[in-house]
Amino acid sequence: MAWVSGHLTVLAFWVFAGVAIVSATMCVTRRNPVASALWLVVTLFQLAALFVVLDAQFLAVLQVLVYAGAIMVLFLFVIMLLNLGQGGPHDFKSAIGLGVGAVLAVLLLLQLSVLRHLEPPAAIALPPGAMAAQQARDGLVGTVARPLFDAYLIPFEITSLLLLAAIVGAVVLAMRKL
Amino acid sequence: MLLGPSLAVSAVLFTIGVAGVLVRRNAIVIFMCVELMLNAVNLTFVAFAQRLGVAGQIFVFFVMAVAAAEAAVGLAIVLAIYRHRETVDLGNINLLKG
Repeated sequence: MAWVSGHLTVLAFWVFAGVAIVSATMCVTRRNPVASALWLVVTLFQLAALFVVLDAQFLAVLQVLVYAGAIMVLFLFVIMLLNLGQGGPHDFKSAIGLGVGAVLAVLLLLQLSVLRHLEPPAAIALPPGAMAAQQARDGLVGTVARPLFDAYLIPFEITSLLLLAAIVGAVVLAMRKL
Repeated sequence: MLLGPSLAVSAVLFTIGVAGVLVRRNAIVIFMCVELMLNAVNLTFVAFAQRLGVAGQIFVFFVMAVAAAEAAVGLAIVLAIYRHRETVDLGNINLLKG
């Protein structure tokens, strides 16, 4: 039974990962910014599903609420506000720019593909299933909330300062004539 | 168990984001590609958190907060530029170009 559920997990992972990669490609290649934004929403949902597969259920909820909800609505709102529904004729760079971009992207992918063989050192790695065990003990929210309000309390408070600065900055930028 | 595949998927998504930033000219689409890159990094954090403890998941919180702040300020800048120049095409925004 454990064998079957393990294989189902891997299958689900690859399905979600495949859809995420396809929709990310569509997001980059669509000319219409609204279509781009909607494909990005699909990618974000797939990433939320991947978070569930990787034992981060609470983050998956946050991903849908914050990213697919709040941030993407903000993007769509600005696109509609600026009336950019039609992609312009110069939305992509010229052929030379496209070629240089593609070469650089392939180079980066080759470099990043080394990560595939990465294994954390055995001395600090947790045994398999440790995260699920901790979640069963502390609860899905508690697992994340306890360290957040304990060891990471000061970074958490600094985050509120960052958000305050962002709000003030956005308001100032929206009011002033540049 | 799924650490290697997760890192591979994350690398592919990050590369797609970088390619988008390199080949697109629409400022808003470039912003969306940056969000895609941030999400690829989040996937890396979550994959490592499964093996190395919950700290990786905490960092995803901070990345999300930074992404929200970045989207708010960045889109405000795009709006300001649009009001000034009537375009969000980065090819036309070249004030700092020598």
